[in-house]
Amino acid sequence: MTGRATWWKTAIGLVLTALMLFPVYWMINVSFTRDRDMRKSPPDWFPVHGTVAGYRAVVDQQLPHLGTSLFIGAGTVVLTLLVSAPAGYSMAKLRPRGAGVLGFVLLIAQMVPGIIMAMGFYSIYLSLGVLDNPVGLVVADSTIAVPFGVLVFAAFMTGIPDELLQAATIDGAGRLRIFWSIVLPVSRNAIVTVSLFSFLWAWSDFVFASTLDGGGDRRPITLGIYHYIGNNDQQWNAIMATAVVASIPATALLIIAQRYVAAGVTAGAVKD
Amino acid sequence: MSDLIRAPGEARRRRPADGHGDAAGTAAARAHARARPARARSGRWTAWAFLAPVLAYLVLFYAYPLYRNLDLSLRNYTVRSFVRGGAPFTGAKNYTTVVHDPIFVPALVHTMVFTLVSLAFQFTIGMGLAVFFSRHFRLSATLRALFLVPWLLPLIVSASTWSWMLNSDSGVVNAMLHRLGIGPVNWLTSPQWSLTSVIIANIWIGVPFNLVVLYSGLQTIPVSLYEAAALDGANGWQRFWRVTFPLLRPVSAITLLLGLIYTLKVFDIIWIMTRGGPAGSSTTFATWSYRLGFGTLLPSFGPGAAVGNLLIVIALVFGLLYVRLQRRRQSI
Repeated sequence: MTGRATWWKTAIGLVLTALMLFPVYWMINVSFTRDRDMRKSPPDWFPVHGTVAGYRAVVDQQLPHLGTSLFIGAGTVVLTLLVSAPAGYSMAKLRPRGAGVLGFVLLIAQMVPGIIMAMGFYSIYLSLGVLDNPVGLVVADSTIAVPFGVLVFAAFMTGIPDELLQAATIDGAGRLRIFWSIVLPVSRNAIVTVSLFSFLWAWSDFVFASTLDGGGDRRPITLGIYHYIGNNDQQWNAIMATAVVASIPATALLIIAQRYVAAGVTAGAVKD
Repeated sequence: MSDLIRAPGEARRRRPADGHGDAAGTAAARAHARARPARARSGRWTAWAFLAPVLAYLVLFYAYPLYRNLDLSLRNYTVRSFVRGGAPFTGAKNYTTVVHDPIFVPALVHTMVFTLVSLAFQFTIGMGLAVFFSRHFRLSATLRALFLVPWLLPLIVSASTWSWMLNSDSGVVNAMLHRLGIGPVNWLTSPQWSLTSVIIANIWIGVPFNLVVLYSGLQTIPVSLYEAAALDGANGWQRFWRVTFPLLRPVSAITLLLGLIYTLKVFDIIWIMTRGGPAGSSTTFATWSYRLGFGTLLPSFGPGAAVGNLLIVIALVFGLLYVRLQRRRQSI
């Protein structure tokens, strides 16, 4: 009965999803299109004469940039977790005076436009002589994720029952021990959510990359695509193939960790 | 047994304001009364020790760059003094330069149009989709998850894909329009269309966020309310306007405000698709600031930082509004 009542909704849903994902399909389609079919009018709706030339160009030219982006993403995750997990624990469970103000500061910090942070970082890195350095990008990229991370950890850890932590105190565990052996293992979901988003944001970052990393071999994949567009306006299959490869982490994470993604999107916006 | 007695005492020591407790707990607390001040002080130190990394982080990597940015906007920097230091202090001069620049008014208008039009469409489409997906049907969870893809893709990926789709000669959008008999539109290369083009791409990117947040808001509305409305003879349209919409108002306000703050600072999409052009026709505060600081061979960091700081002020006004709304919701 339900099947008959809802099949048309499923049909509408499929059509809407297809419309929404059409640009993604088009990116994939163009990435397999031959150079000489690129400016055909009307364009081919399917890659009938498919070619992997674009992907070969990715392997030849973009691999180092993918490596840099992986390094920056991983570094950002580590830095974000190191800074935000203890802070979340303190705000949720130890509640020192002034924790409310800190929460407020973190909310506001999330709203500072990236381009302004980029200008400040640029002037600092220039005087320190650390421009064009992936480690500098790790620090800059983590500023997108740290306020979010603290707020997610604090919200999650508030839900850990006090009895659990008190029992450990009675058994003689210190705060550090409690944090390491009880709070962190219990907060696995929050750790996954924060790691996932800090990785994605660092991987996708363009503002910091384009201001703090002028060029060279160690630039991340987002700049790889950007310079591709600037340098060879003809090879759109290579540009789109790089775009497809750059989209793999987002897609993989969505498939593997779908519920964490939804949790991260609504964190802060909706009270549970 | 002693464990059971001590546990409430522990809780009370940490939160003295906590009023109610049982007699045993009070006794335990009294027994520990002499040790309390020392314990409380050490507890406070531990709390701050756990906060120390984030505090150091905020000072070094938030406050300091923002200070440098403010300093940039208050001095007359040239490329040489930017590297070597010693730029003269000029007070608000960069700000007056920026405000009197012929780009200022168009950039302000573009920022407002870009933000408001994007928001209106993102919210309406997101709301429609959220209501649609909240009627459970086969595959609804999977399809809803697929809708997240545009939001998760790197912005450079989305922006370059849209650039190619909107290409005047070989883009698929013009190919479709041609089939409908509408002649080629110069989406990215004509001043009339460039702002529309970047708005279209931005709406596409923002719909998933609105969908997910509004959908989770919808889940908090009890089904019994809809059943009652249906019993009273309300049709689907009335149920939406009389039940869903009023109950979703707090979530909607938060979604719109967050969207506003995020849309104000959109830079990547516009810069990658049009670089704010042609002839400044899609320049917003964010792209203008970037162009002043980094987009030309002769950078003017001072005015660039000044534009950036004006953008911060606008974002902060709405940010404070957001915090107030959120507080009020949490106190209910």
